[in-house]
Amino acid sequence: MLDALVARVAAPERGAITSFLGTVRAGPDDGPVVRIEYSAYEAMLEREFGRIVDEAGTRWPGVLVAAQHRLGDVPLGEASIAIAVAAPHRTPALDACRFVIEEAKRRLPVWKREILADGSAAWRDNTGGRVPAGRPEKGGA
Amino acid sequence: MQAIRVRCRLFARYAEVVGVDDVELEVPAPATVASAVAVLRRQLPQGHLLPEHPLVARNEAHALPGDTLRDGDELALLPPLAGG
Repeated sequence: MLDALVARVAAPERGAITSFLGTVRAGPDDGPVVRIEYSAYEAMLEREFGRIVDEAGTRWPGVLVAAQHRLGDVPLGEASIAIAVAAPHRTPALDACRFVIEEAKRRLPVWKREILADGSAAWRDNTGGRVPAGRPEKGGA
Repeated sequence: MQAIRVRCRLFARYAEVVGVDDVELEVPAPATVASAVAVLRRQLPQGHLLPEHPLVARNEAHALPGDTLRDGDELALLPPLAGG
């Protein structure tokens, strides 16, 4: 996944390439996670990713970003998100990569259902919230 | 009373909780994101289980409760995000 993204941003005038991979983690809290099922509001995912990449291009002129979020089943240890950023020099490449992953986590309409070794499932979000599948979240009446 | 028609999408846990993921809504005009969410919570059998102030998107972009809705808009209720 990353090689293809790097190939899309690499160019002779860009002397720095940074990359980020987010991978499925075992998780210490509730037993071993064996895989995560990712789902998304796919049309908005594409547009929101595009907006984030455009913002990075405005903040760091000369930077080129390629990024991808996997959907469906992602097994333990495999990457769910990959980002490659190329820039003329290292500082904008590092800063823009950090910006893209932080904004992606904050803004992309993506959800994950963790599947544990015992077969149980839970919705997990980026604020640390965890709700067993099939239940409403707290504050829903 | 005048009303507008809005397509409402639900995702992940919200779709699981109410048992539907795509609903046509009639919302009294003038309509906002918040007034449409209130109609949805009343109209769906399990709608009261949805939060009163969920994260929302209008036409594939993040939106705020006070944003105006127009006829034909697509409203989406987004559970807490979990990308990355």
